[in-house]
Amino acid sequence: MSELTRLTIAEARDALAAKKFTAEELAGAHIKAMEATRDLNAFVTETPEIAIERAKESDARRAKGNVAGGMDGIPTAVKDLFCTEGVQTTASSHILEGFIPTYESTVSMNLRKAGSVMLGKTNMDEFAMGSANITSYFGPVKNPWKLNDGKDRVPGGSSGGSAAAVAARAAMCATGSDTGGSIRQPAAFCGLVGLKPTYGRCSRWGMVAFASSLDQAGPMTRSVRDSAIMLQAMVSYDPKDSTMANEPIPDFEAALKGNIKGLKIGIPKEYRIDGMSKETETLWQIGIDWLKAAGAEPVEVSLPHTKDALATYYIVAPAEASSNLQRYDGVRYGLRVDADDLTDMYEKTRAAGFGREVRRRIMIGTYVLSAGYYDAYYVKAQKVRALIAREFAEAFKKADVLLTPTAPFPAFALGEKMDDPLQMYINDVFTVPASLAGLPAMSVPAGLSADGLPLGLHLIGKPFDEETLLRTSLAIEQAANFTTLPQLLRAGS
Amino acid sequence: MTYSIQGKTGDWEVVIGLEVHAQVTSDAKLFSGAATEFGAEPNTQVSLVDAAMPGMLPVINAKCVEQAVRTGLGLNAKINLTSVFERKNYFYPDLPFGYQISQFLHPVVGEGIVALDMPDGTVREVGVERLHLEQDAGKSLHDQNPHKTYIDLNRAGVALMEIVSKPDLRSPEEAGAYLRKMRTILRYLGTCDGNMEQGSMRCDVNVSVRKAGEGLRTRCEIKNVNSVRFVMQAIEIEAERQIDLYEGGGKVVQETRLYDPDKGETRSMRSKEEAHDYRYFPDPDLLPLVLDQAYVDALKAKLPELPDVKKARFMSAYGLSLADAAQLSGEREIAEYFETVAQGRDPKLAANWTINELGAVLNKRGLSITESPVSADHLGNLIGLIMDNTISSKIAKDVFEVMLETGEDPAKIVESKGLKQITDTGAIEAAVDQAIADNPTQAEQYRSGDQKVTGWFVGQIMKATGGKANPKMVNELLRKKLGS
Repeated sequence: MSELTRLTIAEARDALAAKKFTAEELAGAHIKAMEATRDLNAFVTETPEIAIERAKESDARRAKGNVAGGMDGIPTAVKDLFCTEGVQTTASSHILEGFIPTYESTVSMNLRKAGSVMLGKTNMDEFAMGSANITSYFGPVKNPWKLNDGKDRVPGGSSGGSAAAVAARAAMCATGSDTGGSIRQPAAFCGLVGLKPTYGRCSRWGMVAFASSLDQAGPMTRSVRDSAIMLQAMVSYDPKDSTMANEPIPDFEAALKGNIKGLKIGIPKEYRIDGMSKETETLWQIGIDWLKAAGAEPVEVSLPHTKDALATYYIVAPAEASSNLQRYDGVRYGLRVDADDLTDMYEKTRAAGFGREVRRRIMIGTYVLSAGYYDAYYVKAQKVRALIAREFAEAFKKADVLLTPTAPFPAFALGEKMDDPLQMYINDVFTVPASLAGLPAMSVPAGLSADGLPLGLHLIGKPFDEETLLRTSLAIEQAANFTTLPQLLRAGS
Repeated sequence: MTYSIQGKTGDWEVVIGLEVHAQVTSDAKLFSGAATEFGAEPNTQVSLVDAAMPGMLPVINAKCVEQAVRTGLGLNAKINLTSVFERKNYFYPDLPFGYQISQFLHPVVGEGIVALDMPDGTVREVGVERLHLEQDAGKSLHDQNPHKTYIDLNRAGVALMEIVSKPDLRSPEEAGAYLRKMRTILRYLGTCDGNMEQGSMRCDVNVSVRKAGEGLRTRCEIKNVNSVRFVMQAIEIEAERQIDLYEGGGKVVQETRLYDPDKGETRSMRSKEEAHDYRYFPDPDLLPLVLDQAYVDALKAKLPELPDVKKARFMSAYGLSLADAAQLSGEREIAEYFETVAQGRDPKLAANWTINELGAVLNKRGLSITESPVSADHLGNLIGLIMDNTISSKIAKDVFEVMLETGEDPAKIVESKGLKQITDTGAIEAAVDQAIADNPTQAEQYRSGDQKVTGWFVGQIMKATGGKANPKMVNELLRKKLGS
């Protein structure tokens, strides 16, 4: 492992500015790391030529004194659900295999304009449906964090490839997308910082849609400061996404200055659920103590409908997905399985093109939208969703930011929990409520489980208050002083 | 004069409701910036959004919303300040998203009224249930290749207004009058060109029959009928089919049917059991459409004068008959033409010339008023020449013939051809004297009491003056001279 791949974005930014190395050298080191860690299966498509080309452009800009910003020259992995011009984009689905967009998603275009250097497209759960990165058509992703039991751990999902790549130092940062926890849970499983911004902060234009009312892009990084730097480069007001808010965009890195004295930290009492591991519960208490020590004031808040959030999510998200995925019909792009008639072609194409979990969610979504069931499921779920949002708004009258665990347990072994989708869905129990309410939330690495796997703490902020979220996360990061490397990267392993 | 169809078991009433799909006049599609021009090469007016490429999102076109609201105002309808776009899900190759973005529970326009002028002079008010905005689908071409279907997405995503009437119509004639009136209103507003041949206005027809005094019976929907004439035919044929069914002891099944004008029959497309479950739900890519009252008021203030108001004004301001006023206000362009002709001139004369003389020519040549070989200014000038006695009405018709051929100003034609009416008493007197002198027998006839011979004399004199003598003066002088 090269020293260059150990740097954070902030460190690399300063070193590039000081001309200690070039963007091309930085890209080269990461391309090597990407190749060396192929066993993780973190990338669906590697784009070393693009990386070198963009790194050279970055160096040329720097030579002329035209640095595009903090992300200029930073090696970045892009989740394979962001459409990338001229580069295959699959959302890890067979049905999109070979699909090469002629356009660039707004978020990845913003990163390009900010000078970031794309290393490749990362593996993910198929169409972002999953919490372990085991539903990808291109095979599961392995977590660089391992135990001595010989079993590979899952990286979490759906942004598992992004998380694994950044944790393995094969990328300095990566884009993720979060529908019910798909940035935050893999960040927790891989010891990273993962931020899901407020719904409407990042443009969804050019992102392969899973559940439109929930999907949100965000940064996956190795530090809170990096999260702020990368988020800055991702956001922009985009009239091409009608659900975007035209909110002022703050200076996120500047928000890290100052302290959290007097900040009210809400502790939702309903988040103490059955099935949460003892060490998760302990870590939560430690987190509270850290923030208290930093001058913040913990307050108990109540979110009574938390228990209904998962059920609500698993109606709303599949409903939207069932409709969003109807365009994959074999007619215009992607996979087509020829057949004798139209219906047969649709059925064969979609049966061959979609994996089990995607088919399951399409069926759930179709069912809950069907005549006769719509009111009982979809309409009811929308009402509960509104209720959950209202409870958060109430809680934020007492608290400035909420603190919870990110996931109820650490990364599990590949092959576990695969038979029971409900066991898998439990992963999202702490992350889903904020998604339903459209709130910004982030996971910060806070410690290790007894057997040495990373655990994350989860912060939920007020709408468009990513600044408080980042500042509070920084306090946790400083207190936790999480410096352990994944086993994969330790000397001798 | 209530319309009914006589069956074996007595008279049947026909109940009709129409769903008009009107393509919104707009340069761009409902949710994309792609062009909407008719007749372009296949798949040349397709954006990434229209093709439903991954990650593409719809953005509402403000112009289309404005057109829908203006149409609602033109139909005297309630404008809903909050409306919602929903997804209507079904698979079809020319529907790229796998769903149509439409409005379902919350349309942009609510209830309104259309007034129909019936041939017997009565006015029939027909209720409009709603108007909503939706996307058109693309086109499947099945005849280009024996084994393949080709898809043209030019039309995919084009904005349509679906205007649903209440089941208030009771005869094919009323349905025809409703469609024509709807087309007139849309054209006045400039919100749809109303061109049924090009498919920019299409119609689904709901038909049921019943005995007098009954509630509604089961209806059938005849899809996509593309002319007023076919709509009227389809209603009659479908009503007769349903009556035959009932009278033969059968039942009408609710279903979607197709009208085949060649065979003169309607055929089943799909029954209710096969009907799609469209799984409507609010489109999460679009926020609810929220308008403010000031916006609606501003559009209302800028609406053009609509046909009913114009017709009333033509009657009160110009003293036109109901029939003439209705005909002249039937199309915006005709009304504008007429008002230019009538400017400062006798409006009845202007109406006569516009409807009868010009109308006959346009009809014969298959031209619209905008293609008229005679401009409104020139026709107005011609009427001016009649009014100031420069030419007689008879000469005016000759001048008009020349205008049709050359498109020249009538004053110039009159001048160059020397058609100016003779109003000089001396000249006319000389012609009268000459005629009497040349025809003593006829003069004697008159004097012996046969007044009918006057007309013959007038003819002689007009002939002698090339038709230019003022007929009134000829008459007066003739009577004076013969009587003396």
